[in-house]
Amino acid sequence: MFDKRMTADEAVAEVTDGMTIGIGGWGSRRKPMAFVRALVRKGAKDLTVVSYGGPDVGILCATGQVKKAVYGFVSLDSIPLEPHFRKARQNGTIEAVELDEGMFLLGLRAAAQRLPFLPTRAGLGSDVLKINPHLKTVKSPYDDGEDLVAVPALRLDVAFVHMNRADASGNGQALGRDPYFDNLFCMSAERAYMSCEKIVSTEELTQGGPLQSLLISRMMVYGVVEAPGGAHFTECPPDYPRDEKFQREYAATAKDDAAWKTFREKYLDVNEDEYQKAVAS
Amino acid sequence: MSSAEATRADICALAAAECFRNDGEILVSAMGTTPSLGARLAKATFEPNLLMTDGFNLLLRRALPFGTKPTNEDVEGWMPFGSVFETLWWGRRHVMMGASQIDQFGNQNIACIGDWQHPKAQLLGVRGAPGNTINHTTSYWVPNHSTRVFVSSVDMVCGVGYDRAASLGEASRRFHEIRRVVSNLGVFDFNTPDHRMRLASVHPGVEVDQVRDNTGFELVVSDRVDTTPMPTPDQLATLRELDPQGYAQKEVAV
Repeated sequence: MFDKRMTADEAVAEVTDGMTIGIGGWGSRRKPMAFVRALVRKGAKDLTVVSYGGPDVGILCATGQVKKAVYGFVSLDSIPLEPHFRKARQNGTIEAVELDEGMFLLGLRAAAQRLPFLPTRAGLGSDVLKINPHLKTVKSPYDDGEDLVAVPALRLDVAFVHMNRADASGNGQALGRDPYFDNLFCMSAERAYMSCEKIVSTEELTQGGPLQSLLISRMMVYGVVEAPGGAHFTECPPDYPRDEKFQREYAATAKDDAAWKTFREKYLDVNEDEYQKAVAS
Repeated sequence: MSSAEATRADICALAAAECFRNDGEILVSAMGTTPSLGARLAKATFEPNLLMTDGFNLLLRRALPFGTKPTNEDVEGWMPFGSVFETLWWGRRHVMMGASQIDQFGNQNIACIGDWQHPKAQLLGVRGAPGNTINHTTSYWVPNHSTRVFVSSVDMVCGVGYDRAASLGEASRRFHEIRRVVSNLGVFDFNTPDHRMRLASVHPGVEVDQVRDNTGFELVVSDRVDTTPMPTPDQLATLRELDPQGYAQKEVAV
């Protein structure tokens, strides 16, 4: 089997200006933050970011790398609205595609299944159709003749996800209680990269939790990165909870340009080892 | 908090609980403190078959007090987000959400204030409101009843109201139901010929005119308006057990 180990910086080297990237996790939960930090270091611009959004979207908005955000929500969970995202929306510095959370999932499923769209009732009658004039409806070809929203596939150039454990060939394990939709992000992308808390042998991986926790298959993944603390400051149970104190510090920087500059210099304009050291101190 | 006398917050929690009466074996998703307390009261008393999560992904057999961590014995199942979406589309769910704005047909906004393209204030976004309202029963909770919330026209329709649902035709509207709106002043339903919002009851101590004055559209008001029931001593005791810190007391403006 291939050895797909690489560094986060090698993985994001793939990302060029204008690409559409998908980011796994949910809100401020098991986000591939080591990849997000690598993306900031790389500085790719005009990105379309597709995410059940959390600080991944907020940080990339704050660094000016987002052209368009595609989301069901952008939240820090314990802080209901992502403040850097809010600022970007209110200042009009990003384009937005706001979808119902379920529509977003169907868009991923459609992309993963290589379908143009999947139908749903969600969105009918709401202003989601008004603010997204690209969304169309279809009529059921059967006797019911029901009108449904055709959610277009959310195709991705590159996807990033973070798992608790993985082996060197790209089998990945989510040990927390919610797998979210990271497998679909990988399958919706031309290329997907997975970071993990720890790379272990395949034997250790399959013995390390129930087989149902093996969410990511190596055929979905192009590169594997060992990144301890790679989801910080979002939660990554059972390895660690959300760093609420750090998250509050991050959130506060949306109100104060000088504080954001300091935050960025200390935590983002540094490599991942220096980040983890700065967090630990 | 003494259990001697029911507060406005207790009355609101009971009114929230009553939204779930006769729901039976379905998933309840209650957003916010008072809806969550109401759902727990319903499950702990008259609606024991409701399915409820710990707010994350565990289905719990019994209604736990706020702040109590579930033990293994409390868990009866697993409800990760993927299963929540499947249940939502299946329709065996009743959600009680907040509303930043709501109009006379129950159209709800939680997305933004002002024009969506250039929002004055970005709020939560549409989240699951469009899908929830077109697929299963929805109720709303408003802790601060005012003309800023009860508006003639919402800035963006997230949760679909009765006029919008009706315009879609029978096939698309058949799973739509806005059961009730509970506010700190009263309980509202849509049991009118054209599904306009009706004042179903005022909370004890609230005048009908006070509700009218704080509502930005013409409410349907019957000649005789009921008074929202007070919790019984047993219900009150259960509310105190479920919310020992009194979080719901802080949420409700009087």
